[in-house]
Amino acid sequence: MTMTPLPSAEPTATPLLSVTGLKTYFHTFAGVVKAVDGVSFDLALGEILGLVGESGGGKSMIGFSIMGLIDPPGRIEAGEIRFEGQDLLRLDEARMRGVRGKRIAMIFQDPMTALNPLYTVGNQLEEMLRLHTDMPAGQRRARCVEMLRDVGIPQPEERLDSYPHQFSGGMRQRVVIAIAMIAGPRLLIADEPTTALDVTIQAQLLRLMKRQVEQTRASLILITHDLAAVSQMADKVVVLYCGRIVERGPTARLIRRPAHHYTRGLLDSIPHDDRSRRRLHQIPGSVPNIRALPPGCAFAPRCSAAQPLCREVEPVLAEFAPGHAAACHFPLEAKL
Amino acid sequence: MFGYFTKRLIQIVVVLWAVSVLVFVMMSFTGDPTYMMVPLDATEEQIAQARRLLGLNDSHLVQYGHFLSSLVRGDFGRSFVFRQPAMQLILERLPATLEIVILAMAIALVVAIPLGVYAGASPERASSHAVMAGSLVGISLPGFWLGMVLIYVFAVKLQLVPSSGRGPTQELFGLRVSFLSWEGFRHLILPALTLSVGTLAILIRIIRAEMMEVMKQDYIKFARAKGADRRGVLFKHGLKNALIPLVTVFGLMMGDLIAFATLTETIFAWPGIGKLLVDSIYRGDRPVIVVYLMFVAFMFVVVNFVVDILYAVIDPRIKVK
Ligand SMILES: Nc1ncnc2c1ncn2[C@@H]1O[C@H](COP(=O)(O)OP(=O)(O)OP(=O)(O)O)[C@@H](O)[C@H]1O
Ligand code: SF4
Ligand SMILES: [Mg+2]
Repeated sequence: MTMTPLPSAEPTATPLLSVTGLKTYFHTFAGVVKAVDGVSFDLALGEILGLVGESGGGKSMIGFSIMGLIDPPGRIEAGEIRFEGQDLLRLDEARMRGVRGKRIAMIFQDPMTALNPLYTVGNQLEEMLRLHTDMPAGQRRARCVEMLRDVGIPQPEERLDSYPHQFSGGMRQRVVIAIAMIAGPRLLIADEPTTALDVTIQAQLLRLMKRQVEQTRASLILITHDLAAVSQMADKVVVLYCGRIVERGPTARLIRRPAHHYTRGLLDSIPHDDRSRRRLHQIPGSVPNIRALPPGCAFAPRCSAAQPLCREVEPVLAEFAPGHAAACHFPLEAKL
Repeated sequence: MFGYFTKRLIQIVVVLWAVSVLVFVMMSFTGDPTYMMVPLDATEEQIAQARRLLGLNDSHLVQYGHFLSSLVRGDFGRSFVFRQPAMQLILERLPATLEIVILAMAIALVVAIPLGVYAGASPERASSHAVMAGSLVGISLPGFWLGMVLIYVFAVKLQLVPSSGRGPTQELFGLRVSFLSWEGFRHLILPALTLSVGTLAILIRIIRAEMMEVMKQDYIKFARAKGADRRGVLFKHGLKNALIPLVTVFGLMMGDLIAFATLTETIFAWPGIGKLLVDSIYRGDRPVIVVYLMFVAFMFVVVNFVVDILYAVIDPRIKVK
């Protein structure tokens, strides 16, 4: 009996996605907008990452950077986006198209506008199979029916021939999820997938997405304003402020013991009464003009704990517990 | 659906009636047709007789009544010049006009769609700016000048195509057409080209503007996120959406070309309805002018109708109602 050498197993530590020092800038007439300014994070296979922060924090631009869909005047200035072992920033457009939709799928915020109004849902779903598989036409339709059923659309056979405007918002977002998942991506990026929907439907759709990624053992980046949703869904959280990471860590720990004052503010603004709208209005002041950030900590103008040091020296992201890091001179959680 | 057609029908009737009033008023103030009808050496007596026969002594209201009732009966009068029913004259020459107009629209579409789509998708590129500059030139070129330049270059100098006339024709479904033979088709090229340039230039600009708007939409970004290639994004997802506002413009342009191909037909001695109109105005052939105007009005109503149908075909959100 001969022993064939086992292929050396990939070290389990190799993440599915590893973003390092990502900088995505917009070169506008009014100046350079550093939408994403040196962001790094890892994501393991099967993991769910919550990307949170107020509007303009750069969450969507991180998603689009990963997808290779930053358009002028935007440009990825620096960094590395390593996915399944290759740097996506070095792929040419043709190879990147093979990644988009097939390996990494993305869901947008507004299901009312993400679907093309002139084509049937079936056509738009099948397009994924036409683009990314060599499945024969007959089989494709059956697969589409199965996928629609999977995301909870009743009478999928008939609904395949309906147009987007014949669906409700929630049903449309189910269709969008079906489109995103049908080619079996390893990573799903969901950019505020439920913000535009009714509160009761939000929870259903989040559960649906979680189930979908779990079933296919894919990873999920959930971009949202909604820390409450993140706390139920995500394994770990990245908090963004003005294009930079201010805190990141395992969900349970970060929620229980936030270190950065901005994270604290976000958490405090979650209403405990479930019926009221989850709006962020408790952090005083507003997001500064990203074109002219103050020196030092960008959050200083709004931070109650700010000291002179904060306005002069920019705090760096420092890990103070395994996997838990924050960029703050005077963290809430100075000691372990 | 039934309601839709009734509405359309009523609309056609109202439009035609309004045009009949306009035409009648216009005709009443543009001279006395009697002199067209009588021999040059007619006596006062004969002229008065003719006036009586034509009903020109009646009040305007009575005259309009006669005019309208003959229109309703389908009697559009006879050409003073050709002594033939005026409608027949128009219909005989219509295929010649339709031929160059359809070819001109086809040329315009085939050229304008790709150029407009690319210029709209990458408006910042130098090539897009060049396309826009070119279209501006196309819009500003006077048709008659362009026609003469084309004749000079392609017919006189290079002798690739004939300079004027219609050439041989064949019968197709009872209509005389020239595009079936190579020689006939050669005669079509220059007039169609001349006719197409202005339309083409305007179409490019409209398609570009629509595409720029469409490219900002979420479904375009979503199509890209799906991994669709540039062609699929631009032509499957982009163009079809950009076409919706284009349909109206396109319909009106087509009607415009048919109705007012006059200049081009005159330059190329092309025996279409435009040339017939010019000749008829020149000869004071009133019945032909009347029928021509009524016909053009009718055609625009039909174009409108076709545009409505096309909308419903392209856009599933629109129901014909
Ligand atoms: N085309 C553009 N030109 C200039 N600046 C841009 C452009 N697109 C995005 N930005 C800037 O990039 C920054 C980050 O935007 P991004 O959309 O990523 O924010 P976000 O965190 O997703 O916010 P939201 O919660 O509102 O979706 C913003 O300040 C925005 O002004
Ligand atoms: S660095 Fe200073 S200003 Fe910034 S969050 Fe920490 S304490 Fe507040
Ligand atoms: Mg966003």
